[in-house]
Amino acid sequence: MKIIKAPFKFSGGVHPPDKKIFSNAAPLQDLPLPAILKVPFVQHLGAPAKAVVKKGDKVKRGDLIAAASGFISASVHAPTSGTVKGFESLPTAVGRSVEHCVIESDGLDERSELLQPFPDWETRDVSELIERVADAGVVGMGGAGFPTSVKINPPPNKKVHTLIINGAECEPYLTADHRMMLDRTEDVWLGIQIVRKILDVKTVYICIEENKQDAIEKFSKIECDDDVMIVSLKTYYPHGSEKQQIYVTLGYEVPSGGLPADIGCVVGNIGTSVAVKEAVVDGWPLDSRCVTVTGEVVVNPGNFIVRCGTSYDELFEAAGGFRENPAKVISGGPMMGFAVANTDVTVTKTTSGILAQSLAQTMRFTSLPCISCGRCNDVCPMKLLPSDMSCAIEADDIDAAIRLNVSDCFECGCCSYVCPSHRPLVQHFRRAKGVAALNKMLKAKEMEEKAAQARAEAQKKCEIAHAESEAKIESDQIQVAVVKDEISRAWGESVDAHPGAEQSVEASNGKDDNAKPGEQEITE
Amino acid sequence: MIETANPDSMLITSTSPHIHEGTSVRRLMFDVIISLLPSLAASLVFFKFRSLLLVAVCTGSAVGTEWLCRKAMKRNNSIGDLSAVVTGLLLALTLPPGLPLWQAILGSVFAIAIAKQIYGGIGYNPFNPALVGRAFMLISFTAAMTTWSPSDWIGKPGDETANAHEAVTSATIRKYQKLDVDATTTATPLGLVKDSCRFGEPANAAFNYTNEVRRNLLIGNVNGSIGETSAIAILLGLAWLLIRRTFTWHATVGYMGTMALFAWILQLAGSKLAMPVDFHLLSGGALFGAVFMATDLVTSPVSKWGRFIFGIGCGFITMIIRVVPGGAYPEGGTFAILIMNAVTPLINRAMRYRRFGAVRKTQQEKVA
Repeated sequence: MKIIKAPFKFSGGVHPPDKKIFSNAAPLQDLPLPAILKVPFVQHLGAPAKAVVKKGDKVKRGDLIAAASGFISASVHAPTSGTVKGFESLPTAVGRSVEHCVIESDGLDERSELLQPFPDWETRDVSELIERVADAGVVGMGGAGFPTSVKINPPPNKKVHTLIINGAECEPYLTADHRMMLDRTEDVWLGIQIVRKILDVKTVYICIEENKQDAIEKFSKIECDDDVMIVSLKTYYPHGSEKQQIYVTLGYEVPSGGLPADIGCVVGNIGTSVAVKEAVVDGWPLDSRCVTVTGEVVVNPGNFIVRCGTSYDELFEAAGGFRENPAKVISGGPMMGFAVANTDVTVTKTTSGILAQSLAQTMRFTSLPCISCGRCNDVCPMKLLPSDMSCAIEADDIDAAIRLNVSDCFECGCCSYVCPSHRPLVQHFRRAKGVAALNKMLKAKEMEEKAAQARAEAQKKCEIAHAESEAKIESDQIQVAVVKDEISRAWGESVDAHPGAEQSVEASNGKDDNAKPGEQEITE
Repeated sequence: MIETANPDSMLITSTSPHIHEGTSVRRLMFDVIISLLPSLAASLVFFKFRSLLLVAVCTGSAVGTEWLCRKAMKRNNSIGDLSAVVTGLLLALTLPPGLPLWQAILGSVFAIAIAKQIYGGIGYNPFNPALVGRAFMLISFTAAMTTWSPSDWIGKPGDETANAHEAVTSATIRKYQKLDVDATTTATPLGLVKDSCRFGEPANAAFNYTNEVRRNLLIGNVNGSIGETSAIAILLGLAWLLIRRTFTWHATVGYMGTMALFAWILQLAGSKLAMPVDFHLLSGGALFGAVFMATDLVTSPVSKWGRFIFGIGCGFITMIIRVVPGGAYPEGGTFAILIMNAVTPLINRAMRYRRFGAVRKTQQEKVA
């Protein structure tokens, strides 16, 4: 595989200390199977999956426990064999309450044969492969959890020409993708090939940041055609954002509010490639993932293959516990991760790492007014105006923030990271985005109502018009009948009066002349 | 449930990001204070005890006013961010050495109370507080603010430079009877030039701009505001601020570049008002203003190129005030920067970054 340097540079971004040293040398290891697994039904972006098992059911690893509901949704499968103990509504790492399926493991970890393996995937039909990816519940494992089957099946009017595999892992601390690339290079490569076949694209870029030199080397040894290239990116945050990654690789900007598919790109993740490979080649649904357990306070930071539904407590235990009690536990990286309120939340398909911070590391600031230093504007990778937007939001003028395109913000956190006034910028933008989304929804609803009203009115008008026209036709018909009647009467009268043939013709002619205006009236 | 280090035995929850670069307003202000140390040292060398007194009085009254204002407005104490210290220092360094102390105190109080706290404190002031204080004093105490007791070195009897300066100054005074003749009063180089222009003489006839004068301007051995005279000290401060990335070079370079260009064009045109380019750059308060005042984060534009435009505006207005004959003030840095402060919101609006993914309509259609 050829290695190229990223030809473009996006404006903005920051370079936080990457701190990957804690866990980047620890090879992947399987986490011991926990006794109880609590599997949430929402591990993806979109509609929650609907339960298909009930309390007391026996399940095997890979059995469907909740089916996708709707177009953008993903199925959830049993992560091990055991008994369904029931359903509980518990908070996830993000904090919202979600239905969880509680499974008690029987320790046998038997695999179900729900999905048949496709070792001959190269000869299989594309639609079959897409269906398989959907059936296996594969979602984007970078963090957002967008269903992969939807992503790799763009609408026919959007021609995809480039596949980009995101191995940037720009978040500090996290090493899950890095270890995947090192320890499971073959699987990653196979997954990429499958996605490439599904999308029918020639050009593939594998983007890896320079701080993962060993991964770049390992990939460069793979034998393949010249259309697959490794793009080595400078270590810079947020290179892992798909819009920025497309820009540094190809120089295209994804239009505001659009998707990468709009400019013919699909961006996939390292973990997702492995999941696709397992789903297709092995027939294994996505029920586990690689999680980095790290932080200065963790005794043995490492990278674990974890079943979805495992609680964070188990992970910290496997990592040897804490040197000192943590004050903050973060699901994900320190730049975009979520601070969890409790460590009994569970690992989902999108948990890339968990990070523990000591009290000294947590930042607790009193924020000051904006001093217009402009650093946030300089580092914003979307080139928004965080300073202006945050002042507007602080003054409760959400509309102004929306006009400043707060919806384009993807919450990378660069602005808050550099703000000398320690302003909660990302928090402001989350709020504004929430309000914007709500407004949009309300507006759509309003529009729908208006449309319905308009439709009803139109229908009413239509009905009235219809009735009127019918009435008119009726009256016309009556008129026609009346005239015809008159004609025939006149005709009959003249025949009666003048039985002579010649006379009758004359008379009829005369009568015809009289009748004509009447007929014209009708035609009018 | 795990044990946490957090005192209320709960894990801390907050929105991302969970790490910070480590800067703070206090740190920025501290860097500005450090960058002012060379100028402070130079003022001590050239103006001795009077400079120390001015600096102490201004800084003290600025901090005191800040504390009182916050107290009176029932807001949290904001002395800790050090911005009042910076305002006091900046104001002190732009004052003439012989200024009566009560005037200095009044200026500092005005700067903090009227120009800063009335608007809501740090971050909300539209104009640079130190410059507002200085402008207030320039207008209220014009005589005292434009009376220059000589630098100690110049004042030394027998010193040739001093004699030359004295000679030029006394000649000027005698000729035009503009200033009260006072043994300790002299004019600044820019003042001499202005006076000479006012009476229709070529600017460079005011005094002989020799290499020696040039050297004195560089090290600061001339009459002027206590912190503004030494160009070298100011440049040292600038270097520190650029290394610490407190601000970018744009405003300063825009400011000095425009002044240089203006002076050069005057020279090319052979104007009577023309002085050598380096004279304009080194003399008066322009350099101090370009480094410490035009770069004030709060009152200058937010984008880099916006700051560059801001600097260009400052340089242009400064030169207009300096060279147009008949003007009341020999130098215009104060007013130039204050005028540009008022234009800052407009510059901000005009110089927004192009948004990522903001594609023009035709392009969007093509892409789609």
